[in-house]
Amino acid sequence: MTARLSAAFAKGRPALVTFITGGDPTPADTGAILDALVAGGADVVELGMPFTDPMADGPAIQKANLRALAAGTTTAGLLAIVAAFRGRHPEVPLVLMGYANPMLRRGADWFAEQAAAAGVDGVICVDIPPEEDAVLGPALRAAGVAPIRLATPTTDAARLPAVLAGAGGFLYYVSVAGITGLQQAAQASIDAAVTRLKAETGLPVAVGFGIRTPEQAAAVARVADGVVVGSALVDIIARDGAQAPAAITAYTADLARAIAGAA
Amino acid sequence: MTLPNTLKSQPDETGHFGQFGGRYVAETLMPLILDLEREYRSAKADPAFDAEFRDLLRQYVGRPNPLYFARRLTEELGGAKIYLKREELNHTGAHKINNCIGQILLARRMGKGRIIAETGAGQHGVATATVAALFGLPCTIFMGAVDVARQRPNVFRMKLLGADVVAVESGAQTLKDAMNEALRHWVANVRDTFYIIGTAAGPHPYPELVRDFQSVIGREAREQILATEGRLPDMLIAPVGGGSNAIGLFHPFLDDEGVEIVGVEAAGDGLSTNRHAASIAGGSPGILHGNRTYLLQDADGQITEAHSISAGLDYPGIGPEHSWLHSIGRVRYEPATDAEALASFQRLCRLEGIIPALESAHALVAAERLAPAMAKDKIIIVNLSGRGDKDIFTVADALGVKL
Repeated sequence: MTARLSAAFAKGRPALVTFITGGDPTPADTGAILDALVAGGADVVELGMPFTDPMADGPAIQKANLRALAAGTTTAGLLAIVAAFRGRHPEVPLVLMGYANPMLRRGADWFAEQAAAAGVDGVICVDIPPEEDAVLGPALRAAGVAPIRLATPTTDAARLPAVLAGAGGFLYYVSVAGITGLQQAAQASIDAAVTRLKAETGLPVAVGFGIRTPEQAAAVARVADGVVVGSALVDIIARDGAQAPAAITAYTADLARAIAGAA
Repeated sequence: MTLPNTLKSQPDETGHFGQFGGRYVAETLMPLILDLEREYRSAKADPAFDAEFRDLLRQYVGRPNPLYFARRLTEELGGAKIYLKREELNHTGAHKINNCIGQILLARRMGKGRIIAETGAGQHGVATATVAALFGLPCTIFMGAVDVARQRPNVFRMKLLGADVVAVESGAQTLKDAMNEALRHWVANVRDTFYIIGTAAGPHPYPELVRDFQSVIGREAREQILATEGRLPDMLIAPVGGGSNAIGLFHPFLDDEGVEIVGVEAAGDGLSTNRHAASIAGGSPGILHGNRTYLLQDADGQITEAHSISAGLDYPGIGPEHSWLHSIGRVRYEPATDAEALASFQRLCRLEGIIPALESAHALVAAERLAPAMAKDKIIIVNLSGRGDKDIFTVADALGVKL
């Protein structure tokens, strides 16, 4: 399955990775919003698994999590959304992003197998660092789902090999020491970090956290293999609710154009 | 099951207590957590660190505090002799200060210039603001907006002590959300900020170092009971929210097989209702706030709201070492409801002239339940973890009294 991810990063230009929270504003709306991302030109879709306590997220995504849970989003419901998406879009990679507790509640094997069966290509678990990989990583790898690792400004050279060991799909560089959706890192520091990471891994390097506009996306695309945009899209959903797909497609298309033009 | 020779050597080198504990944090925090562990190892091996810690406990906190024989309570119950470990006599009125002294010494050792902490009722916030003032470090306390509204005296105390208090508006706006927000702030300020976690939970090495700093409670109690009675107690009882006072009392006695150990969880309106804070009796293992432990959660792993009349016990998790001690059967965890705690609160006021914290009143519930069936020559030590002055408004409200 990770073939879909590899292909998304082999288009001869940086990939646009777009994040939304699953079930926001309701589980019934998520399918159309995912379609809107694809229609706008997203190369990889990242779907957030809602959690009551999203410790790495800023206010925009915190509120999205609470909206999704209040609307009755469940793990089973989220996997059904993925399976339906996979039916409509056999070629577009989809990655789940979330926190350990909902992923491990029924056991790592259950989660990995269900995710694989639904057509998930990779999983990003924010609060399972390499030191705790044993609770989820082996199950994902056995099921053919890529465990996508995070590197951050505090990940030093000594630590990087541990982060890369067992990593799959792509490497997600969190460009700011902070939470989602707030400040943006200085471009020079992103350039230096991506160069350093690419020297150490054959995986594509995607950069996220704090990238909101087409201009910022273009700047990051000049150095990275992928650009992750989340909170800006989640803000559109917060504003437009069930009517979000039109604006989501338009904004995604702006981002995609900016990235294509930057390469 | 074969038990190891000692139960005191946990956690293992990766921070696990059996299947519990660990370091479930974002990658941004991992290097800092590893730094903290290295620094703690070196501090632990440094006699000067321990000497300064002990000196501050003596001169500033007022230790040792008494192990007091509660004669009238014992006579009323008609069974085992009840001793109270008087943590409520510490500076700032609870056990919390022991840990704060230890952690601020670590912060200074690591060269961190800012202090942050979470607080529920405000006791840990006050203790943290106190040590920050003592060491002249700027301090920010994260507190749920609901708690800010209902704990105004403590908010004002923190401000008097020079701390900034941030009212957390996310989630249910209580302790759990305050901890989320403190972790978010820490991620964004890792290089210069030290996070003083208030209970024996969170990512490794916090459960270990908080326990070690709080173990002064059990070490003192052990010396004191040997001096007074010439033998070890038959039973220890302590209230458990996160469980730092309890693990501090219990840990020095874990290898003493003759000492029965009881932790008391807050059962709120009752375990059969959804309004309680008993993670072990009414929860299941999961991952929150950096560690794997018993949690209140639903079938999808969403964290559910805790409830207790005692704000200090109003948390949907428990320290990982308690989860482990429960799993191996070394400590028994019993529930006590709001109503039972209120009754025990009032009884201690009238029988001993001591106003206990509502947290501590939960431990008294178990003592009152267990002591009558024990012989008169048996000995129980109850951790009187804090004083109840902070709780008089809550108690008055529950009793229908207008102040």
